[in-house]
Amino acid sequence: MVSGSCPRCGTRVLAGEAFCEGCGHDLSSAAGVACTACGSASVGADGYCENCGMLQPTGRDHVEIELETSAAVSDRGLRHSRNEDAMALLTLGPASVAAVVCDGVSTSPRPDEASQAAADLAAATIAKRLADGDDAETATREAVRLAADAVAASARPGEDSPACTYVSAVVAGRHVTVGWVGDSRAYWLGSQCALLTTDDATPGTHMLTAWLGADAGEVVPHIRTFTTDGPGVVLLCSDGLWNYYPEPEALAATALNETPLAAARRLVRLANEAGGHDNITVAVIPFGQGERADATVAFPKERSD
Amino acid sequence: MTDFTIRVDQNKYLPAGSQEVHGIITVEASGPVERAAVAEAAEVIIVDTSGSMSYGKIADARKAAQAAVDTLRDGVHFAVISGNHQAEVIFPGNGQLVPADPGSRHAAKDAISRLRAEGGTAMGRWLRRAADLFSAHQVNHPGAIRHAILLTDGKNEHEPAPEFDANLTYCSGKFVCDCRGVGTDWVVAEVRRIGSTLLGSVMDVRRPEELEADFRAMTEAAMGKTVADVALRVWTPRAATLNFVKQVSPALEDLTGRRTEVDALTGDYPTGAWGGESREYHVSVRVPAGTVGQEMRAGLVKLVLPGTGEVLASGNILAQWSDDPVQSTRINPRVAHYTGQQELASLIQEGLQARNDGDLETATARLGKARGIAEKAGNEETAKLLDKVVDVDPETGTARLKRTVDKADEIALDTRSVRTVRMRKDPEN
Repeated sequence: MVSGSCPRCGTRVLAGEAFCEGCGHDLSSAAGVACTACGSASVGADGYCENCGMLQPTGRDHVEIELETSAAVSDRGLRHSRNEDAMALLTLGPASVAAVVCDGVSTSPRPDEASQAAADLAAATIAKRLADGDDAETATREAVRLAADAVAASARPGEDSPACTYVSAVVAGRHVTVGWVGDSRAYWLGSQCALLTTDDATPGTHMLTAWLGADAGEVVPHIRTFTTDGPGVVLLCSDGLWNYYPEPEALAATALNETPLAAARRLVRLANEAGGHDNITVAVIPFGQGERADATVAFPKERSD
Repeated sequence: MTDFTIRVDQNKYLPAGSQEVHGIITVEASGPVERAAVAEAAEVIIVDTSGSMSYGKIADARKAAQAAVDTLRDGVHFAVISGNHQAEVIFPGNGQLVPADPGSRHAAKDAISRLRAEGGTAMGRWLRRAADLFSAHQVNHPGAIRHAILLTDGKNEHEPAPEFDANLTYCSGKFVCDCRGVGTDWVVAEVRRIGSTLLGSVMDVRRPEELEADFRAMTEAAMGKTVADVALRVWTPRAATLNFVKQVSPALEDLTGRRTEVDALTGDYPTGAWGGESREYHVSVRVPAGTVGQEMRAGLVKLVLPGTGEVLASGNILAQWSDDPVQSTRINPRVAHYTGQQELASLIQEGLQARNDGDLETATARLGKARGIAEKAGNEETAKLLDKVVDVDPETGTARLKRTVDKADEIALDTRSVRTVRMRKDPEN
């Protein structure tokens, strides 16, 4: 990403800026989209830059969600021709957020559709169940069940079953409930850091031992709830990130010093700079803000199941 | 209006770090045949009347020119030029094109019947005379199809090379000219320069009596043209280099040097007039190396009418870098086919040149290799002509030049070396 100039007044603008500092022109509007490769404001309606020729990210190639207190970014990466990761991020109430990340299994048919369906349905289910008075673990379990059913039902006769992974976090008050199937991960990043999930995969390989899909048998999610005494960040990600940055401390160094959107973007960029071999999805949910006074112990404690 | 479509055949996947992008652009023009009559057209028939045309050839040339006049549709403006060391408009008398009708056809054929063979050869002057007729006509008939037929039987001996060059430059863009060489005394390279500059075909006519049918066919083809002055407009990215733009079908024609700048990234390449036909172009672009996964538009090819800016069709040449060797090492069959056709033409032309220079070793190697490619690629006519110049042992592949070669065969091989065949097996059709 390099800087360019405002299509209206010519003022120098930096890549990623939403508005021109000179005239206030909306730089994200379709009228003057700046090329992500050369920065010139000449992206054609067909998505190719009319100056350098580069195809611009479209649709799911690069997706960003920004809410009041959290953000998520999903990116195609550099080596895959499409983004088969999907994500959902919902504000459920004050200091309450639900996030879902699903990673479509590349060797299955239509993995991009499977992951999107699972993420959308799971997030909606969590929101509805919590609104109906269920606790976070019950809501998460129901979300995984419905998402697994939807992915299984999308199989067509004569082809392999579409498949994807699943990880979700329900962050409310001082509690975070994590549910997962497969090798997408949740991290706790604070003054001390931890990986909250254990991969459903043969160690040292990417061979999944559990997933959502018609060929997965009965899907039994892992569901855990943690509490914390101090502020920090819950981070969900697909293996496109953690393949390069598995250590929570390395992730914390980036995620704790930025706004959620900036942190998510930066982690995606780091993964791309490290090779971008897979799709990359990162959700960043700051947690326990405003409770700094008693932030003496920041390590999450697992509730008894 | 004729409908144009553009199809691009290529393998867009490049290995990491690779920069060369190739695409075959197939342009098809189609439309209701009856509408062709609507197009305004102008035709000039140029007949070589130099001294060498005497003894029979001039009689066949007269018949051929008369057949061409008979083939003109009513209303097509035309003239006939008699060419030797100078150019004379033998019909009509007033130095302007006149519409074809029974009366003008009869008068033109009468003038043609009085053609006599005497004097030298100065083809550039004949063409300049035709260009002036077309230019005067165009004032009141903009957009008309402008086409000429040139017949010659000899070397361009009576026009200094600089004058010939200047005359060709003068004519470029003013009309399309199909050229015919009759007999064995004309120089293929000379006539090919005319055909290339004026975007027309060049063919050899072995026997003068074949001229009549050939002229009729050429005029019919010209009458089928419906859109004049079409250009191929090629955009390439700022940091890219356009290696070449070549027509590869129906005949090879390097258009790279014919660029007219439209803007810093875009140039127009002339393609002349179009009827219901299909032509193919090979475009090669050198782009800055991208990273794996990135996709770029390496070229945007449009068919345009430069006069009005109207876009008739367009297509993308793409590049996408991949670390999957299965994707990136595949060669598009059409790109491979026309790369082979270009190699075949070069081998024949270099082989014939070496043979004339007495370098028999090079000639044998080139022509022998050409024979193999011609057979594999389906160039049956070329293979037959090569058989008259070189013997290739079917068992060992060893090539040997023939001791005696008919000059007409050599001329035919040289002339037709630029004519290509389409892909024999097209997986997409």
